[in-house]
Amino acid sequence: MDGTGSSFAKPGYEPGPPLWLLAELTYRCPLQCPYCSNPLDFAKHHDELSTAEWIEVFRQARALGAAQLGFSGGEPLVRQDLAELIGAARGLGYYTNLITSGIGLTEARIASFAEAGLDHIQISFQAADEEVNNLLAGSRKAFAQKLAMARAVKAQGYPMVLNFVTHRHNIDDIDRIIALCVELEADFVELATCQFYGWAELNRAGLLPTRAQLERAERITQQWRERLAARNHPCKLIFVTPDYYEERPKACMNGWGNLFLDITPDGTALPCHSARQLPVAFPNVREHSIEHIWRHSLGFNHFRGDDWMPEPCRSCDEKERDFGGCRCQAFMLTGDASNADPVCSKSAHHGVILAARQEAETAAQPLDQLQYRNERASRLIAKA
Amino acid sequence: MNDDELPKVPTFRRGYRFQFEPAQGCHVLLYPEGMIKLNESAALILEQVDGQQSVGQLTDALAERFPEAPGLRQDVMEFLEVARGRHWIELR
Ligand code: SF4
Ligand code: SF4
Repeated sequence: MDGTGSSFAKPGYEPGPPLWLLAELTYRCPLQCPYCSNPLDFAKHHDELSTAEWIEVFRQARALGAAQLGFSGGEPLVRQDLAELIGAARGLGYYTNLITSGIGLTEARIASFAEAGLDHIQISFQAADEEVNNLLAGSRKAFAQKLAMARAVKAQGYPMVLNFVTHRHNIDDIDRIIALCVELEADFVELATCQFYGWAELNRAGLLPTRAQLERAERITQQWRERLAARNHPCKLIFVTPDYYEERPKACMNGWGNLFLDITPDGTALPCHSARQLPVAFPNVREHSIEHIWRHSLGFNHFRGDDWMPEPCRSCDEKERDFGGCRCQAFMLTGDASNADPVCSKSAHHGVILAARQEAETAAQPLDQLQYRNERASRLIAKA
Repeated sequence: MNDDELPKVPTFRRGYRFQFEPAQGCHVLLYPEGMIKLNESAALILEQVDGQQSVGQLTDALAERFPEAPGLRQDVMEFLEVARGRHWIELR
């Protein structure tokens, strides 16, 4: 124990190092994606760690073994000290990833980040179609800017990941999406079907694709993979299916507090980026060391091991494979974060998943009824 | 990989970084949003990938260092082939 509080470490449970550090530098963002994973009440949290505080977080987490560092948000580019943060992180030995919408990027900034030692840039797109993209992003200029910046990133020699969050309103365009990514020379392409947290959960009826849509998209992705492999093309396609169409939950974050450490703009430390909504007290880097947070805090130990599990997980022989699924999903859909993730067909609440699948077939919401992520909506939600 | 490639020089693909991680007690290969833990022999080979040495030189250097290891040349060539197939390294 490091003397900054009492220890809630579980006897006999030794967590591995927090290999992945996600620095959510800010909740500010010029876009309004209706599937944003930021908390619904982000407008309540305006406070941001200073440059020096962030660098101290990086130093401490690196000492515990963190190797990958993601700069994210919100839109991390709104932080004017980004190049300085990148430089400090790279100097500590991190592999540095910038996860951006591309809005606010310029060729000069791309060059200054390279000088600071940035290893890789990920740009997210909303769609391959300019109009749909801009509608989803809530900005008329977004698509053209993203294209220009993706080209500039490659021209300056960075490896690039392109990320498309897919959902019922853009997934049928998957062939065009992949073609665009290959044309832009992406090294990796993430085709991530919406996961239902934050704003996405609010908009689920307008986002969840049907099973047929999903299967078609997977088939087309597989065909592209085969074509790329035949050309010995280095581009790798990563397809993330929404767990709503599974019978077993995902092994969320590879286990609670196991390798992922998320620091939110105000310094609150979380084991995953949506955990803030859980009725669990999470520590803040302004009050505790990263070592204390990772090893001893109540928040990070809460769902480690399996002594917290009720049935059906408790006596289930699959619990070491999926850890009972996602705590946030269990909380959102059953009201109790300890329950089995209702994606699991053994869960007594699995019906809510079946109902959502049904809704995707029969009662989906059109694009113009989505609740866009912005300050005004967030303040209203925070009040209610 | 065949003998024609002995004069070629392997380099890491841009965005792939090889380094020792004290907390894990091993070498790793870092790349966009990912990390591969390397076993000792993989690390010994990748340590030689410095953008200067050719496949032939690097194999000779390892053979000199480990004269007792049987089939070392072939193992090194096979590993480099896998590393190239996964696009970790490029041969120039
Ligand atoms: S998902 Fe969209 S709205 Fe949310 S932070 Fe990213 S770019 Fe901004
Ligand atoms: S019952 Fe729990 S542990 Fe078993 S498969 Fe379902 S979610 Fe996983």
